[in-house]
Amino acid sequence: MEERELRLMKGNEAIAEAAIRAGVDAFYGYPITPQTEVMEYLMETDATARTGMAVLQAESEISAINMVYGGAATGHRVMTSSSSPGISLMSEGFSYIAAAELPCLIINISRGGPGLGTIQPSQADYFQAVKGGGHGDYKLLTLAPSSVQELADFIALSFDLAFKYRNPVMILGDGALGQMMEKVYLPVQRPRMTEYPDWATNGTPKGKERRFISSLNLLSQDHERVNIRLQEKYREMEKNEVRYEMIQCDDAEYIIVAFGIIARIAHKSIKLARAKGHKIGLFRPISLYPFPYDQLRELADNERIKGFMSVELSAGQMIEDIRLGVEGRKPIGFFGRLGGMVPTPEEIESALYNHFNIK
Amino acid sequence: MIAAMEIKNIIKPENLVYQKSRLMAEKPFNFCPGCGHGVVVRTIAEVIEEMGIEHDVIGISPVGCSVFLYDFYKFDLVQAAHGRACAVATGIKRVLPDKYVFTYQGDGDLAAIGTGETIHACNRGENIVIVFINNGIYGMTGGQMAPTTLEGMKTTTCPRGRDVETMGYPLDITPLLAQLEGVYYVTRHSVHTPACVRKLKRALRKAFENQREKRGTSVVEVVSNCNSGWGLAPQAANEWMVENMFKKYPLGDMKVDGKLVMDINAPK
Repeated sequence: MEERELRLMKGNEAIAEAAIRAGVDAFYGYPITPQTEVMEYLMETDATARTGMAVLQAESEISAINMVYGGAATGHRVMTSSSSPGISLMSEGFSYIAAAELPCLIINISRGGPGLGTIQPSQADYFQAVKGGGHGDYKLLTLAPSSVQELADFIALSFDLAFKYRNPVMILGDGALGQMMEKVYLPVQRPRMTEYPDWATNGTPKGKERRFISSLNLLSQDHERVNIRLQEKYREMEKNEVRYEMIQCDDAEYIIVAFGIIARIAHKSIKLARAKGHKIGLFRPISLYPFPYDQLRELADNERIKGFMSVELSAGQMIEDIRLGVEGRKPIGFFGRLGGMVPTPEEIESALYNHFNIK
Repeated sequence: MIAAMEIKNIIKPENLVYQKSRLMAEKPFNFCPGCGHGVVVRTIAEVIEEMGIEHDVIGISPVGCSVFLYDFYKFDLVQAAHGRACAVATGIKRVLPDKYVFTYQGDGDLAAIGTGETIHACNRGENIVIVFINNGIYGMTGGQMAPTTLEGMKTTTCPRGRDVETMGYPLDITPLLAQLEGVYYVTRHSVHTPACVRKLKRALRKAFENQREKRGTSVVEVVSNCNSGWGLAPQAANEWMVENMFKKYPLGDMKVDGKLVMDINAPK
């Protein structure tokens, strides 16, 4: 295996560098804090000169996601990145892209909402990412990195998954991940595509049937068939693409469930707790859709485990999925900070003690 | 009455004066009888066929009566969300700069919900062809007010006629587009007479040739009728169009080879 280059990078820069190295064909975006460095880096390092990829600043997020739709329709590797308010604007496009079964990557470096909110980190776009956002029965395969390294690693992975399932993939990060600097082993450069899928509308090849990309079906019986096919695909994704990490769950009595940046902070919390003799573990969903329901249920079935606590940068969104996994087998507590505030490891630790009356 | 034998003698290759483009699919149009859409759609097919570019063309049909374009053509097509055709075209063109990309948009799509996408694609000089059907009404949804609806014109959402005081003025968008540096060719046509159809065909050919030469954006507007939406018989609709629509939207070139050829200050 080729040795990977080690660098100290901001999360947003790592996204951009990893995108170039993943052989992405086009990035279409619109500036919004706290993810603007993604496009700045692509321009500054002249991604187009490096790999020939297209980089274009659109006039709005609505336009950017529809450029992604167009590029994806031609079977190319196309992506965008934005932050919460911009993601709301793009959501119409997600629905169309999912319905038309086009592969692409969408990155949400989310910030505190609702409304214009704040530019500080938040996880309050969880529902929007995994439960919908746009209209109709569709799913975004959603990955939640918790380090700059994972941000970088998930770019190529996302495209592999997007093309495998012909489905949009979202990387749900947050303002802290986008802005913080960490060491990152960069992936090696992979070539851009030279062959495109048969369904791609990139000019009808001679002697072949023409292709078309559409999400319209006037007859509801036709559209039900499309929906059933989509649901079958989502069941496949649920079977194959669940990703999670368990830290010190083997002997744990209580489990903190947290994703993304908050899992990093909670990791420190369980170290603090263990230093005091409390057996606390951390369960980190990496794929938010598909969610690791079965794995949580398995933990909940373990007699040693007394309870779970969801820690989120929101008023409690992922906790609903934890409940669906645990199915009432064990009590579930919640601790969250809102509107861009981030808790300290000690705050999480004492919230856990208070909720479960741990002395 | 022509005898059967006589017809057989007439139907011979050497007597053929017109046939449907081989790029047209078998599916019959779902446009209302008398509507101009069908003529424009097949004229585009003829131009693409005559240029021999059907393996390198990608059409984009957004929401409106234009949405079923993919049913009528035998080349690659992408259906887009309402108003987003120019963004989708941009996304395609930027990864496939050597292919021919065109959009086919109605007035609501291009000049209301998609104004931003249209103006910015034109302003970037995206090397695409925009075909713009202006019939002053939302046909697909049953005849509502469009940005291009004339002052006083009745639609289902302005049943007493468009009141410019409260509903704004008819938006004549193509002269605005013509003034953008990225735009190379802007022209306005109609399809209500054979002569006009021939002119449109020449304009479309020029537009696709501009794209081949990478000149920038070409905008071909077609002022058309919507006999159903206007509540008129086809012939009466065309007469009404000539009398009323052409006053606000006069036919002719606005920008040719990158140079304005209209007087933007001329009164209408």
